[in-house]
Amino acid sequence: MRRLVVVGNGMSGVACVEQILKFNHDFEITIFGDETHVNYNRILLSSVLAGEKTADDIVLNEIDWYRKNGIQPRLGVRIDHVDSVARTVTGADGSVTGYDRLILATGSSAFVPPIPGIDKKNVHVFRTLDDTRALLEKSRPGCKAVVIGGGLLGLEAARGLQVQGCDVTVVHLAPTLMERQLDPTGGAYLAGKMEKLGVRVLLSRQTQALLGNGHVQGLRFACGTEVDADIVVVAAGIRPNVALGRSAGLEVHRGIVVNDFMETSDSHIHAVGECTEHRGQIFGLVAPLLDQGKVLASTLTGNRGPVFTGATDATKLKIMGVDVFSAGSIDESEPGVEVIRYEDQSLGIYKKLLVKDNRLHGVILVGDASDDHRYTQWLRQGTDLAPHRRHLLFPPPAGDSGSDVAALPDSETICGCMGVTKGDIIQAVHQHGISTMGQLKDRTRASTGCGSCGNLCSRLLKAVAPEFEEDKQKVLCPCVPFPQEKLRDIVRSQKLKSVQDVLDIYGNGKGCEVCKPALSYIVDMVWCGDHEEDRSARFINDRVHANIQKDGTFSVVPRMRGGVTTPAELRKIADVADKYNVPMVKVTGSQRLDLLGVKKADLPKIWADLDMPSGQAYTKGVRMVKTCVGSTFCRFGTQDSISAGIELETRLENLYTPHKFKMGVVGCPRNCAEATVKDLGLVGQEGNWQVVVGGAAGKGVRKADLLVTVETTEEALEAGSLFFQYYRENANYLERSYDFVERLGIEKIRKETVYAPPATRQALLERLSKAKDKSYDAWLERLAPRPSQFVEIQPMEPMPV
Amino acid sequence: MKWIRVTATENVPPREGRALRIGPLSLAVFNTGDRFLIVENRCPHGGGPLADGIVGGNTVTCPLHNWRICLESGTVAKPCESQAPSVRTFPTKVENGIVLLALDEAQAAA
Repeated sequence: MRRLVVVGNGMSGVACVEQILKFNHDFEITIFGDETHVNYNRILLSSVLAGEKTADDIVLNEIDWYRKNGIQPRLGVRIDHVDSVARTVTGADGSVTGYDRLILATGSSAFVPPIPGIDKKNVHVFRTLDDTRALLEKSRPGCKAVVIGGGLLGLEAARGLQVQGCDVTVVHLAPTLMERQLDPTGGAYLAGKMEKLGVRVLLSRQTQALLGNGHVQGLRFACGTEVDADIVVVAAGIRPNVALGRSAGLEVHRGIVVNDFMETSDSHIHAVGECTEHRGQIFGLVAPLLDQGKVLASTLTGNRGPVFTGATDATKLKIMGVDVFSAGSIDESEPGVEVIRYEDQSLGIYKKLLVKDNRLHGVILVGDASDDHRYTQWLRQGTDLAPHRRHLLFPPPAGDSGSDVAALPDSETICGCMGVTKGDIIQAVHQHGISTMGQLKDRTRASTGCGSCGNLCSRLLKAVAPEFEEDKQKVLCPCVPFPQEKLRDIVRSQKLKSVQDVLDIYGNGKGCEVCKPALSYIVDMVWCGDHEEDRSARFINDRVHANIQKDGTFSVVPRMRGGVTTPAELRKIADVADKYNVPMVKVTGSQRLDLLGVKKADLPKIWADLDMPSGQAYTKGVRMVKTCVGSTFCRFGTQDSISAGIELETRLENLYTPHKFKMGVVGCPRNCAEATVKDLGLVGQEGNWQVVVGGAAGKGVRKADLLVTVETTEEALEAGSLFFQYYRENANYLERSYDFVERLGIEKIRKETVYAPPATRQALLERLSKAKDKSYDAWLERLAPRPSQFVEIQPMEPMPV
Repeated sequence: MKWIRVTATENVPPREGRALRIGPLSLAVFNTGDRFLIVENRCPHGGGPLADGIVGGNTVTCPLHNWRICLESGTVAKPCESQAPSVRTFPTKVENGIVLLALDEAQAAA
């Protein structure tokens, strides 16, 4: 066996090893890494900083992978010296390891410019998982963060810090952000968008000194101005780590020089990744580095054929919701270069193509990068653009689709809820000439259950129906054919206060079970409860405030805030169950008690006997707050989850929502009450609360997204309330929070709730409080019931005999 | 056939239904907004209580699984492929603010 030693446990070194494992090889592999972590995805560090991912989420290879593949991992061991004559490497721990082949994958380090005061406390770089953790520890809402460097890495750091609630300023030496990828116009679009989102951008600023006594407190620029700072992130560029290459006597310029086979000037030593220099170029993006790894794997395993020829340096990233894409050359002053440009200032979209000899030469996209695949392909393949000239800036209309559904067998079930197979749908299409989703639903019932097969059904329909028509718009219902967003506008601007008014003026005057409950919600929400309630437009559950069961009886769930009850309440519930012969008493999944099998006529009497408020377990509204024991009793609890949960439930109860709304509050990250799979969850930790939204544990499981981390319980309740009202106002009826969060994206939601301007936040909370004031415990309707609301009508005269 | 006085019109609010029991018969009386109609209170699909459904024009939608029934004819309007039997309908009229229902002997015996 030959000994292969890899110095560097990062993405390119390990990617190369992964390739080697795919081939027949005779190596005994040792990987040294100076970080103590297993191989992780460095590109996603910005997502860790933004709280979207945890350190565990970005691991690429677990420790088991090393063991299974017979690789010896040496983590936390820095290699200080290479002896290329004796063919050994010496570690900082004194160990000496011999090699037959050596791969240097030492990567690069953050460049820290020699500015006076740069060694002060709270000045960080952003390069490793440890750097990221340090930044996460320091960043707090309201903390002033300054990022030095307006390149890719600096902007990613700025985004992460802003999501953590910091007040962020980006300081850049050049007059244009990301000047290596963008032209001045593109840079200005990006800067404008970032400013709009609340990040201050200072261009053409040379930092002269970092101020402060021990801890950093601010920056002074060459122009004489200053800014305050509690933390500073230095993202002024990266430098290849070449010291080991030098010590081995290799040819080194800016990086370790490699040829097309990834060989260095020493035949036993190879190099890969950010530490290399190939044909005078160094690399910082992941795609070419992975290509290098593949070539090197071939070279090392005896197939010295594939070559690395450099790469189109395509950059794609999303900074605070702004798509940016850049590839190829961006120098328009080159002779023979034509420029094709598109700008839409109000949408913030900028596209610029450089074309040379009818081939794509470079591209810049800001605000809309949906077309990047096409451009990358054109660049890579040198495509002749003549046939594409009319569609350079926008793709031609979509062509054929449905090839994937064509491959399904006829017996395959498409709609699991209604048991409709592909064969059933095809038969219905042929027999009845179905051409729209609406017709398909009426005929076959497909996609009328949970709706998750809707997309598949419409693709299938597109593939098999000769006259397929896209449903015009996603309208609420044929009775009132407008999208819900439009209906919310109409109700507001036309001052319509009842469902029947909307149906009479904008619909068919009748309505149905689809549009009536939706319109009921919309008028209630828009007018904050100050509307004309029309019970005939509500589902039966909302007419009798109980949940209808398959046999026509109802279930009764009293409110038990935070899942906390008392012996007296439990006695009352037991007495009621006896008195009304309730067939079943069940503990629900929501820490409450359910009395099942109750007759409609008994409902008001049971509510009176219970003398507890309605738990709203029957409606599209606020359900409950599930809590864990928390710091009151639990020896692990860090926050008082019970008090916080009861307070949260009290603040939001009795309100309607687009779909049911479940909450959870836990006192520590052990998450005993499952707050991270609720529509809204508060997760207590030592010293703060994480407010998480859009979780699901139903047909699909979705971990809630982090909305914000805050210090006090009051701040957590307010952040939760902001999201709650925002969801009420912007989600479509029957859209659960997890679909809503996926549709809008958590970034947008953050910007429009917790990071919105103070006036916007205030207005959301005021509308919530107005609606809350108008709301009431529905079970109090027992005191003044509507005509025959609960009773069966008895005829005025007996049946003839 | 004999007309029976059922209830005062104000006991059934516009666009709602109410359950009505006459002897062995379980019926549902509806106020569609411009007229009163009475049908059997039993969805042909799963036996759901039609009186608790949402009324749209002259149809009602069963609260259990959203089958839609025409209140005039008793036929199933949705899903149209159901081939389910129709719901029984009963002659209904309003006089002096009172809803009346006609029963013949065969129906009464059913």
